[in-house]
Amino acid sequence: MFNQHTIEKNALLLLVFTLIVIAIGGIVEIVPLFTIETTVEHVKGVRPYSPLEMAGRNIYVREGCYVCHSQQIRTLKDEVERYGHYSLAAESMYDRPFQWGSKRIGPDLARVGGKYSNDWHYGHLRHPQALVPESLMPRYAFLAETRLDYNLIEKHLTTQRFLGVPYTDEDIANARQDMLAQANAQADQAGVAGRYPKAVPVPGQPGFPSEMDALVAYLQVLGTMVDFADLGVEKLQQ
Amino acid sequence: MPTKIEKDAISGRETTGHEWDGLQELDTPAPKWWLYTFIACIIFAVVYMALFPAIPYGRDYTRGLLNMSSRVAVDDDVKALEAQRAVFMDKIKTTPIEQVKDDPQLLAVATAAGRIAFANNCQPCHGAGGAGRTGYPSLADDTWLWGGTLADIQQTITHGIRSGDDKARGSAMPGFGINSLLNAAQIDAVADYVWGAFYGHAVAGQDLSKGQAVFAENCAVCHGANGEGGRTVGAPPLKSAIHLYGDARETIVAQVTNPRLGVMPAWEKKTNTTGLDEATIKSVAIYVHALGGGE
Repeated sequence: MFNQHTIEKNALLLLVFTLIVIAIGGIVEIVPLFTIETTVEHVKGVRPYSPLEMAGRNIYVREGCYVCHSQQIRTLKDEVERYGHYSLAAESMYDRPFQWGSKRIGPDLARVGGKYSNDWHYGHLRHPQALVPESLMPRYAFLAETRLDYNLIEKHLTTQRFLGVPYTDEDIANARQDMLAQANAQADQAGVAGRYPKAVPVPGQPGFPSEMDALVAYLQVLGTMVDFADLGVEKLQQ
Repeated sequence: MPTKIEKDAISGRETTGHEWDGLQELDTPAPKWWLYTFIACIIFAVVYMALFPAIPYGRDYTRGLLNMSSRVAVDDDVKALEAQRAVFMDKIKTTPIEQVKDDPQLLAVATAAGRIAFANNCQPCHGAGGAGRTGYPSLADDTWLWGGTLADIQQTITHGIRSGDDKARGSAMPGFGINSLLNAAQIDAVADYVWGAFYGHAVAGQDLSKGQAVFAENCAVCHGANGEGGRTVGAPPLKSAIHLYGDARETIVAQVTNPRLGVMPAWEKKTNTTGLDEATIKSVAIYVHALGGGE
């Protein structure tokens, strides 16, 4: 039954065999990435996003920031010179989905965290040309006036956990509280700082966490989690 | 299965033997050039697999005879670049910054290196050529918030302003309005005074004495009795042609009521993932110093 004549004349059989052939190709390419030890580097510091950063990430995705900004510094001399250490797979291991992007109409954002002050980000998102006259970026002032919708944040973190991001029960139980604390720099940051080291509090208006607060918190943590001081190329070689 | 392989009368080729509703197909071989290219590709692939990382097995993979790794390659590239630059950058690093400025060769290198680092890292806030923007001081004039000597500038770049760094420059103007230190009428009066006496928008016949009293009591300790500013606390000069948050009277009211406290990141490599090394920071300081207002 498996001769060419039979297969070519039986649409279902042809379909099944085509799928098998394509699947073999896919498996050969994909499976080794899960088994090879060095696919995701073993580095310290990478943690799940804080609830506010996660909410900001959702804004980033919603507004299509990835259409103009990549988050991947390639292993090329000029990129390392301009943007800092090349990106590691480990740095996006909790991204569902990753935001590597493929277009740089604006600059790469993989290490934008800490490069500018919070104030700069607020001003720049509101009116990019006020700070960078040659910029092509649209204005996002409305984000500052839009109240952040965080009613589903616990469920969102639970979903992320289902997908493999290691949020603890404690993280999820405190999600709302951590989010409001990080969105108000005056509030007590101990809980956020303990659960999410290096999280940057943003100076939002108390009682009105805006979408811009969340986005700035997300931008300010990008690329800052890994401590590269004791990470030589020997440890990162692939 | 092929049923009938026939010879085509017109072309003289054999058919494949397939027959679909009376249509038959000639079994014409691929052109020779195509066939040889195809074989060459297969040979290329085999050689490539031998030379470069290619075949996965379990937790590891073949490294290839060339032992190529793009991460090692970029690391080597960056090290080579640093070695090339080290000729001068090491000298800039070890020479006191004042003497760098006096050595024409080092000065030329530092200015060039500083300009590039400035464009990449400082320009988004301070503008091209350090022209400044609302909220981000001009570096091209002779008004300095925290000091304009080479050493002052180097210190500011290294540790930042209100950056969280241990040695960061920092001060906090009180929120005179939000903390109810002054009432609305007093803020109005002091804004009138600052706008009139220092910003140069005096209205003829306006009585500024009430605002002057409020200023003397609350503001003069940092900003100076004559609005000359105070560098130890980074209090901007008010009697100046350039104002950090703009020239409008409302900006004075806003700042007195609920001050904006500008933040500059620390650029030292150890506190900043995308930070700069010491020689580059010195170079930027030398470049900024030369923009027009260095002391």
